[in-house]
Amino acid sequence: MPSLDTASKPLLSGSRLERVLRSGQFAVTAEIGPPMGCDPAVVTTKGDLLRSYADALNITDNQTAVVRLSSIAAAVLLAQRGIEPVMQMTCRDRNRIAIQSDILGAASFGIRNCLCIAGDHQSFGAAGKLKGHPGAKNVYDLDSIQLVAMLKKMRDEGVLEGGDAIEHGGPRLFIGAAWTPVKEVGDIRVLRLAKKVQAGADFIQTQGVYDIEEFKDIMARARDRGLHTRTRILAGVIVPKSAGMLRYMQSSVAGVKVPDALIQRMAGVKKDKAREEGKKISVELIQQLREIEGVSGVHIQAIEWEEAVPDIVKASGLFPRPDVEAAPSREP
Amino acid sequence: MIVVRRKPLESILAFISPYRKVLLLGCGSCAAVCFAGGEKETEEVACLLPLMAADKGIDVEVRAATCQRVCDWEFVEPLLAGDDKPEAVVSFSCGAGTNLLADRLGAIRVFPGVDTLFIGATLEHGTWQEMCIGCGDCVLDRTFGICPIARCSKSILNGPCGGSKDGKCEINPETDCGWIKIVERAKALGRLEDLAATYIAPKNWASSHHGGPRRVKREDLKIAKP
Repeated sequence: MPSLDTASKPLLSGSRLERVLRSGQFAVTAEIGPPMGCDPAVVTTKGDLLRSYADALNITDNQTAVVRLSSIAAAVLLAQRGIEPVMQMTCRDRNRIAIQSDILGAASFGIRNCLCIAGDHQSFGAAGKLKGHPGAKNVYDLDSIQLVAMLKKMRDEGVLEGGDAIEHGGPRLFIGAAWTPVKEVGDIRVLRLAKKVQAGADFIQTQGVYDIEEFKDIMARARDRGLHTRTRILAGVIVPKSAGMLRYMQSSVAGVKVPDALIQRMAGVKKDKAREEGKKISVELIQQLREIEGVSGVHIQAIEWEEAVPDIVKASGLFPRPDVEAAPSREP
Repeated sequence: MIVVRRKPLESILAFISPYRKVLLLGCGSCAAVCFAGGEKETEEVACLLPLMAADKGIDVEVRAATCQRVCDWEFVEPLLAGDDKPEAVVSFSCGAGTNLLADRLGAIRVFPGVDTLFIGATLEHGTWQEMCIGCGDCVLDRTFGICPIARCSKSILNGPCGGSKDGKCEINPETDCGWIKIVERAKALGRLEDLAATYIAPKNWASSHHGGPRRVKREDLKIAKP
């Protein structure tokens, strides 16, 4: 693995995810979707299930524009159990005042990782499966790249976006951004990754990858710009449950390319074996992604099926997770 | 132009039903160009409304008049001169004209005859598209003439977001991704690297409506009072 430009510098956040990546070991994160309710046990049960199998657990922020227990609160619930969260922050629901306030609040609870994303448009409503709030007013005061830059300024300069100083210094944050690694006109996806890295993204979490050949190709172009040496890229793995789910992603989920062969493979197994096949596919994807230069880890999304993650991590030879020494942290 | 769409006649009838004497005020500018609130459309409503009212046993005197622009008082004033004042005015101009009427008409009730939609352009006869939101701080120099604020569903200044698929927006497969339009334009002009190099900083939304109602005052155009 190439050394990151920051390798000799002090840790930015001291988060476990940062320490694993800094140590050069292949990182694993997994996703938790919070409940549409306020029962903390839903979050902590999922957290306990996955805690030994991932370096950090990423908690979605009202994904598909459906109201759920907040990412920040879920992150705090995990942090209080000694499980490291990656808090997500979308630009859809908060202006720069609310975002910075929430970042300071999260940091006060010891949250160190934040993934900056635009967020699904409010018209989504779980792709029509739920009512959602399509009539809501969105915010988008900032975009995800501006959000990355704002957090970097808070951390490195101790200054709020408007210019006021943060009392007693800025929050220690490991700043993440999302990436859609697909071919697009003008190579815009690679250009946009460059912008995210330039803005200050310490790590990148990609949209789910199924088309390894296309991903290899686009990673090569990211490497041509040296982006893999300036950020750590975690490749997304969405665990497939059925051929229908793959077909849906192929037709309707932006940024996910599903090869026909993979759908045929899933369609070829009996229904009661589909989930096992989905795990097998995920393990194979992880093995192929590991071979690609510039891929520093994987982000596993087993949507509404978190129980699949331990088997996948074990079968991928990624268990146990590394024991990285805790860095001296400046509180909060 | 400001694109407007006429409200349903039933709604307009409901507005005016408590009044006996109503003026329908058409606008000869934008509202006429988008075939929703010009002279022809206003006359049409003036013919239909009394018939619909009569069906419901409502007796109402409806008069139609159209001026060059409802958003300029000098054009509106002559239509309301004299003692024969209406009890209510239905404005078929954009909201700017309707607001001006409400500011100036005292005891006369003012209603909107149209919904004001957007600042747009005519794509073909009968099709208009939003092109500008009037944010007060134009970024078109950096986005090759295509507005990411008006034409991206998230008004993202450093796009496209991950919701763009095959050149279309995640909100609707019929909606073009404004940012892919920008990329295509940059590519055609051989300026793709500009898009990678140009980080557009958080916008100062105070120049848009978020800074409160805006007003432009130019001293050089002020006419000295005698």
